[in-house]
Amino acid sequence: MSLIRAIIKAAVLFVLIHLAWGIFDLTPRLGAITFYNGLIPGRERLPYGEDPAAYNLSLADMGAMFASHRLAQPKAPDEYRVVLIGDSSTWGILLRPEQTYAGQLDALKLIAADGRRMRFYNLGYPTLSLLKDLMILDQALAYQPDQVIWLTTLQSFDRSRQFDSPITRQNPTQAGRWLSFEAEVRDPTLIGQRRAIADWLRLQLYGVMWGITGVDQVYPVTYTPAQTDFEVDLRWNAFASPQPLGETELWFEALRLGVTRAGPVPIAFVNMPILISTGVNRDLRYNAYYPRWAYDHYRALYAQIADEEGWQYLDLWDLIAPTHFTDTAVHLSPEGAAILSDRLLDLLSMNPIQTLHKDTEMIQSG
Amino acid sequence: MTLLQIAMFALGALLIGCLPRSIRLWVLLIGSVIAIYVLQPDVPSLRRLDYVLPTAALLLSAFCWWWTLPQRQITPEDRLTFVIAIGVILMIAGTRLLAPEWRIVTAPPDPIHVAIVLAGIVLPLAWIARRIRLGWAILGIIGLFIALKVDPIAMWIAGLWRGVNGQDVSLATPVELEWIGFSYLAFRLIHTLRDRQTGQLPALSLREYLTYALFFPAYTAGPIDRAERFVQDYRALPPLDLARLQAGGERIAIGLFKKFVIADTLAVIALNSLTVTQAESAWGLWVLLYAYAFRLYFDFSGYTDIAIGIGMLYGINLPENFDRPYLKHNITLFWQSWHITLSSWVRFYVFSPLSRAMLTRQRKPPTWVILLTAHLITMILIGLWHDVTGPFLMWGIWHGIALFLHKQWSDRTRRWYQQLKTRPWRLRAWHTFGLILTFHYVTLGWVWFALPDLGLAFATVLRLFGGG
Repeated sequence: MSLIRAIIKAAVLFVLIHLAWGIFDLTPRLGAITFYNGLIPGRERLPYGEDPAAYNLSLADMGAMFASHRLAQPKAPDEYRVVLIGDSSTWGILLRPEQTYAGQLDALKLIAADGRRMRFYNLGYPTLSLLKDLMILDQALAYQPDQVIWLTTLQSFDRSRQFDSPITRQNPTQAGRWLSFEAEVRDPTLIGQRRAIADWLRLQLYGVMWGITGVDQVYPVTYTPAQTDFEVDLRWNAFASPQPLGETELWFEALRLGVTRAGPVPIAFVNMPILISTGVNRDLRYNAYYPRWAYDHYRALYAQIADEEGWQYLDLWDLIAPTHFTDTAVHLSPEGAAILSDRLLDLLSMNPIQTLHKDTEMIQSG
Repeated sequence: MTLLQIAMFALGALLIGCLPRSIRLWVLLIGSVIAIYVLQPDVPSLRRLDYVLPTAALLLSAFCWWWTLPQRQITPEDRLTFVIAIGVILMIAGTRLLAPEWRIVTAPPDPIHVAIVLAGIVLPLAWIARRIRLGWAILGIIGLFIALKVDPIAMWIAGLWRGVNGQDVSLATPVELEWIGFSYLAFRLIHTLRDRQTGQLPALSLREYLTYALFFPAYTAGPIDRAERFVQDYRALPPLDLARLQAGGERIAIGLFKKFVIADTLAVIALNSLTVTQAESAWGLWVLLYAYAFRLYFDFSGYTDIAIGIGMLYGINLPENFDRPYLKHNITLFWQSWHITLSSWVRFYVFSPLSRAMLTRQRKPPTWVILLTAHLITMILIGLWHDVTGPFLMWGIWHGIALFLHKQWSDRTRRWYQQLKTRPWRLRAWHTFGLILTFHYVTLGWVWFALPDLGLAFATVLRLFGGG
């Protein structure tokens, strides 16, 4: 009977596709296929989020994530490409794409002394982990950046919390290159990869909405401002009381690994501004994240290591007034982001390449 | 219908298909009655509405059967059907004794209370029903329909229900009163009452009538079958065989693909009151609108395929509702192929009687006035059937005018069109042009359909053409 034949054919076809998908591990290849930067414009920042109303999603496939970013466009011969790596502050929680550091710098339409047009790309990704940043840097190098600006904060350095970022656990091969851990066995078959395939499809669909609306984040009318009054509390992560913090606790090695991996591409490091509270127990804590003792240790260590390694390093920890922070001690308002972006220009001046305004007015010379 | 419900209904067909015909007829009735409780969504804000509304649908259908009885003679089978129907109502209330996950409705009432309330309502209503004329029954159903569709009245009823249940009346909203399937049930009931009035309806037993009115595959979203056609299938109800299993399964599979793959995917990028305000350009709005047009078609026709497929498994051949509507080259053909059973119903019970009434008046208005009036009233009624709001009124006017204009055009160009038929290439080019024009006219009409606010809809149409 034709019904039975149809059922048998469908079953055989499914088994074949299922096995082929697993044997040839087709999910990463699928990630490279994209409507972005062709049918629809590339995203200004990496896909992240859980709210469908933002036409955005968090997915595990880093190939698909990068393929959806405008960074994946071919590099023009006259382009000087700068990528900014960091956490949610760089990604721009509560900021529109053009208000982020990369967005504001890009809007300046700077031209390098050698005549190349400077383009800035936002590769920030929410969650605090240097391992995650390393993985993004590793992937970004395939897109020929001329300079990397790596913005960090203490919370990303805690060696024991590098795998708190889901993307690190979901990409065990990439993560394992930098930090060993016991990864779950990945099932490459069609059924095992069904979530990844569905995410890929959703990423393409949301891309249509991104192209039409320019929305990639839900902007609430109100939000709870960052905490400024604290209990008497000296804890920082697993450390209950003040103690010396060294490279055993803070993973500065990640920055060295990044520099080695980047090779000839210069990396400039930035210690991100934090909210310095003026509220209750401000003498004990700078903010909800950091007790003073831990943060002061970290800053001193960072400055020492950067000096020893000869890194381009900018410590902007107290650059921004408390009024320019939004919902956390590291998220900036558009005004705060503008102040920070202005200072990031200093980093570019450290580079041998001089930067000029589009109208050829010289603003920095190296 | 959810995927689980569809699977349950399909599986039910496999089980019922093995039973003797006489038992299958009863099981189909009992299954339909239970299904309307299963299909009615829980309304947490209005206590016990998921029990009351399906019960009301069942009782209303029973009363309508009574009005359609030619001789008002009740047979023993009708009495048995009535007892079984009441038994199902009480049994569903009795599921309160089961664990919550096994209950058919969220908060079943006490069966004894139900029995007392039924006796207190059904008996007096039966006494009244005997004295009510058919015309009043039709008006009553139309009145109930209007009450549910007009927001202030629906809100007042929701408030009343909240008051009876000791809930906060001030929180009542019209959307709370979601009587699933009533729009379609009302059409079926009015059809039987009106056909009884004109003497066209065959005599139906209570079992046949209830199964027709409440037949669960078509209960929530049609198609709207005709009673005389339905009972032909019902009376001959064949056992499930491999050919029907294949045909029904194929239709369900197509429907599932249309609804849950294509339509639900398009829903992400379809026009709605949020996306329309977010779109930054006219071309973006067009993409949203095209997505809405196709999403609507695949969603609705997918549901229809599922309903027809499940119907096939049970031995009932429900009528087709769609015939490639977006490939039609004029608006009249579009309306003959989009929601066919609704269009036919309205043509039969509104357009034709209205046109006839105007034509037979002593001071007959000009033909074009008759046509314009009949088209406008018919399409406005279809619009308001979806919801009594400004945008649906506008949608009705939009299509009423188009149908009138097309009629005028085709009357005046008949000879030219006949000549065109002798030149296949020119005819094909003309049809292609007509198809593009019709599709875009219909698609633009969906703006009124998709957006809840008349001002927003007008602004959107302007923006689509670069204005606003």
